[in-house]
Amino acid sequence: MSLLEVKNVTKRFGAVEVLRGVSFSLEPGTVLGLLGDNGAGKSTLMKIITGVYCLDSGQVFFEGKPIPYPQHTPREARELGIEMIYQDLALAKQQDVAANIFLGQEPIYRWLGWWPMVDKARMDREAQAAIERLGARIPSVRYPVGALSGGQQQSVAIARALTFNPKLVIMDEPTAALAVREVEHVLELIRELKRQGIGVILISHRLPDVFAITDRIVVLRQGLVVADQPTAQTTMQNVVAHIVGAH
Amino acid sequence: MQPPLTSHAPQAPMIRLESVLVLLGLSLAMAVLAPNFLSLTNFLNILLATSVIGVLAIAATFVLSSAGLDLSMGSVLAVAGIVTGVLCVNLGLPWFVGVLGGLLAGMLLGAVNGLLIARAGIPAFIVTLGMLSVARGLALLIADGKPVYGLPGVITFLGQGRLLGVPMPVWLFLALVGVFHLILSRTRFGRYTLVIGDNEMAARVTGIDVARHKIRLYVLSGALASVAGLLFAARVNAADPTAGANYELSAITAAVIGGTNLFGGRGTVMGSLIGALIMGVLQNGLNLMAVASFYQQVAIGTILVLAVWLDRIRDRRRA
Repeated sequence: MSLLEVKNVTKRFGAVEVLRGVSFSLEPGTVLGLLGDNGAGKSTLMKIITGVYCLDSGQVFFEGKPIPYPQHTPREARELGIEMIYQDLALAKQQDVAANIFLGQEPIYRWLGWWPMVDKARMDREAQAAIERLGARIPSVRYPVGALSGGQQQSVAIARALTFNPKLVIMDEPTAALAVREVEHVLELIRELKRQGIGVILISHRLPDVFAITDRIVVLRQGLVVADQPTAQTTMQNVVAHIVGAH
Repeated sequence: MQPPLTSHAPQAPMIRLESVLVLLGLSLAMAVLAPNFLSLTNFLNILLATSVIGVLAIAATFVLSSAGLDLSMGSVLAVAGIVTGVLCVNLGLPWFVGVLGGLLAGMLLGAVNGLLIARAGIPAFIVTLGMLSVARGLALLIADGKPVYGLPGVITFLGQGRLLGVPMPVWLFLALVGVFHLILSRTRFGRYTLVIGDNEMAARVTGIDVARHKIRLYVLSGALASVAGLLFAARVNAADPTAGANYELSAITAAVIGGTNLFGGRGTVMGSLIGALIMGVLQNGLNLMAVASFYQQVAIGTILVLAVWLDRIRDRRRA
């Protein structure tokens, strides 16, 4: 059974038909590269999966069960086990690493058995453990996130996504803003997700990264899937040709 | 790449060290220069003089930390005082009805601010600038432009009484500082306040109800402005519809001197206490030295700009 199955999904915004019947599927423990030029429909498709938008027609199955649009919301997507890591990472830069990892789900203890206070000690401890599980190198979980490098910030965003025990992680351009030597670290993190049996959708413009890490590549062009192939059976030239529509 | 990471992590400080040093340095200078500065009585005087602005500064810390702004605090202060005065004096109702009425009036005006900002999407600057005028007008209308004299004994005790030699407003102010410091730094409510101010989108995608939280913040600001209004009226034993004009600017100044980021994401109530005390010490010391109050305004404005400048230098060094 596929982890995610997208069937004939369409979406239009006013006169613009952004998705014109998109289908693809993703197996657990595999990485799918989603490619396409700006405006090809990648973001819209991902926002439908994460419940930000409702689809116009078609169906999306998660673990074999149809996602009940239009009731699907970001919160329900998270409950199903779908996590999205945004390109701008959605981190609060002045808050520390632990605060960001536990954003919106801070552990609580009752002061004097009554007043709910944030359990900072537990938060620091568990954030430290989460960072170590990822094999990420961060000087201290009490460091404000804005003082970290791009790769370290990416690690924090991934660690946060993992606290929800996701089954599917969608990453939007995770390597775009990184220094060369940080890219390899993020790719290693993605391999780690894969080892844990998590399905990953990787949106990226950096073809070397995509070819290094993905099992399958899907190319969107003007709202249609124009290529859907195992990574091992295609080439960069071929993929680029599909992206720009030279086929 | 970032600069090398040192072993001591710059974790979010309880209070900004610079403001504590400024407060100590200023106090030391006043102790040397101003006659009678260094006495327990004078110390309590400073706290007493700081208490009304200080309570507003607590509210300013929360609102500014969320990248919001409440310019209407001084006017809401007056409305709350007047409502309390009219209920107790003109209508002869018991003191607690007056206090509760004032508090509810302030919270109601705060809720209007919050709804217009969070639901209608009007900028906080515009909404609260409008409320600054509307609330002042309401205070004058309710009181027919005249102060209400002769508040009940319980209320005047709150403003003029002492407990263990310490004025009641000082007790109340310090208690509020303690409670709200913990709320801002140690509860989910406080953390969400900082996160919303830091990156509203991050707050939204993690499932925080940003609009509801903002409305609560402005209601809180209205409530604290009401408490300040009660203290103000109690101290002078009169509810004055012109009370508290420009106090919001002093409160914002205190919060910013104390290390609150005007653009959100950082702030501590303890820091704002220090900021308010810096202003209090400066005013008190210059008064004792018989320096004309015009100079005090120059000094406070200068300190405000210096505080933010120091911040920028530090941020630039870190970035």
